[in-house]
Amino acid sequence: MRIELVKRPQRSVLFSALSPFIAFVLTIVAGAILFALLGVNPLTAFGIYFIEPVSQVWQLHELAIKAAPLILIAVGLSVCYRANIWNIGAEGQFILGGIVGSIVPVMFPTLEGPLVLPLMLLLGMVGGAAYAAIPAFLKTRFNTNEILTSLMLVYVAQLFLDWLVRGPWRDPQGHGFPQTVQFNASAILPELFPSSGRANWGFVFALVAAVLVWILMNRVLKGFEVRVLGSSPRAGRFAGFSLGRMVFFAFMLSGALAGLAGISEVSGAINQLQPVISPGYGFTAIIVAFLGRLNPLGIVAAGLVLALTYLGGEAVQSALGISDKVARVFQGMLLFFVLGCDTLIHYRIRLVGFGASRIEEAR
Amino acid sequence: MEIAVNILLTIATAATPLLIAAMGELVVERSGVLNLGVEGMMIMGAVGGFGAGYLTGSPWIGLLVAVAMGAVFSLLFAFMTLTLATNQVATGLSLTLLGLGLSGMMGTSFVGQPGERLPNLDIPGLTSIPVVGKLFFGQDPVFYISIALTIAVAWFLFRTRTGLTLRSIGDSHTSAHALGIPVLRYRYLAVVFGGACAGLAGGQLSLVYTPQWVENMSAGRGWIALALVVFASWRPWRVLGGAYIFGAVWIGQLHAQAFGIPVPSQLLSSLPYLATVVVLVLISRNKRLTMMNTPASLGQPFVPDR
Repeated sequence: MRIELVKRPQRSVLFSALSPFIAFVLTIVAGAILFALLGVNPLTAFGIYFIEPVSQVWQLHELAIKAAPLILIAVGLSVCYRANIWNIGAEGQFILGGIVGSIVPVMFPTLEGPLVLPLMLLLGMVGGAAYAAIPAFLKTRFNTNEILTSLMLVYVAQLFLDWLVRGPWRDPQGHGFPQTVQFNASAILPELFPSSGRANWGFVFALVAAVLVWILMNRVLKGFEVRVLGSSPRAGRFAGFSLGRMVFFAFMLSGALAGLAGISEVSGAINQLQPVISPGYGFTAIIVAFLGRLNPLGIVAAGLVLALTYLGGEAVQSALGISDKVARVFQGMLLFFVLGCDTLIHYRIRLVGFGASRIEEAR
Repeated sequence: MEIAVNILLTIATAATPLLIAAMGELVVERSGVLNLGVEGMMIMGAVGGFGAGYLTGSPWIGLLVAVAMGAVFSLLFAFMTLTLATNQVATGLSLTLLGLGLSGMMGTSFVGQPGERLPNLDIPGLTSIPVVGKLFFGQDPVFYISIALTIAVAWFLFRTRTGLTLRSIGDSHTSAHALGIPVLRYRYLAVVFGGACAGLAGGQLSLVYTPQWVENMSAGRGWIALALVVFASWRPWRVLGGAYIFGAVWIGQLHAQAFGIPVPSQLLSSLPYLATVVVLVLISRNKRLTMMNTPASLGQPFVPDR
């Protein structure tokens, strides 16, 4: 038997809407097989993985904390990917945002007042955008492949943060732990509803960013430019759009959002810098962007789903003793299935038996 | 002299995984497919190779399993991008993400366990020759495989008819298809070959380079291999040169750290990655030359019209 693709006359609206859900169902099926292989009853495992982590109000707060950086980063990445520009170094831009934004509370720990936090957030965005500008510059000036350069810079950023918190920025009163001073109260992103859980303003930033980018992409000329250059660079050139400027725009926008996510995470959830500040948000956000169909509003939903995979991973680790890497497996499978299901938008799938093909050959 | 030989030997050990993975990816890209999943296939090879070596006690079985692991894992990519015509960049990325997760999960029980190391070659009379003996007759088996692989790929691509066909598919899949060449079949084989190579490279890491399992132990080598292919402008012998340059950078920074050079160790550790960026800049500067060397249908999905 063979699988053949038959082009649809126009894209299927039905599958365009359905494909993330089909992908999710397929992931669940594959996940059930995985759990069964690990010797765990799939139903029990799914209960612990997907239901338990969101069964209480404070847990919903944790979900928002995990979802905020994913949504923020993915919304920016969606602009890049729509423009056919492949920024996969958001993890590094996230880290640089965290570092640059922390300049204020680490170097001036006594500074207080209502301006500290806005300044930190602004610096975080600047840091992320500046770091993203490097691959953009190399691409436009030297024609360098942005996939590889942006990824290499992730490793550099991780090592840079490691050096900072073990070296010049280490808290002298930290008993030798590799970490900076604890931020003072005015450098900490406030909680939204302190009475019920820890969720902070980062989640609001994520929602606002999603709405703004949706408006940008659907109601503003610049968004049209992104889509034209993404689907046909040649047509874009004839329309007078500059690909070089678009590369900078997309990279710096996504870098700024990743940087904002970074400083929000550091300020709101960690309250200091540590050698590692991200459990791979920058990479998981790539999955979020695709699962959300590169649409900012879809990304909000996808971000919540992927945040749940993180919480579920932690839950099965503590309850069943399965490695929390299971979360990464779920995330990877989800992206696989979503990409596979997306084929259905443009193609019909035809199964061809050996008999049929032999008849065709005979003709 | 002794020190120089030892440094050369360590450089060869560091260069070998890069060389093997890049050589596999070179064939894949020559067929017009861009597989960004090298890192994922490599780490799967590493965990599979270590696990099989550890459980059976035979590093040779480990090496075979590593190769098989990479090949099977790459089939997933091949099915997605070739049969279902999905976006190659996104699919390759997801292969890497899935590989990193899956290997972490599979390797949980291997962490901290002592591994099996493939023995170095030891030919009586030859290996004991001063200087050249150790270099030519006393290295690990994977080193010799990597050199043989380079020769074989160079010969295959530029001296055989099948190699010519493969390159023609990479340059124009529509023309190749019109000539009756089974484009997808060639690409399937190329991708699986690339996967087997990446798996072997991973096996080298966990069975020769550092015979143990450490999570994420490929440490970006898969990505560097991808950069090497660009650096080598898709030519096998240049991949060999590039891999050894990067091996030297990798070993150089380790030696510098050991000597206690007054530079932060993190800066030295980031040198291989920075070097990759610099090399990419140098090689891509000439836009026309890059375009001439790049397989013309690289990364384009192909759906045969029937």
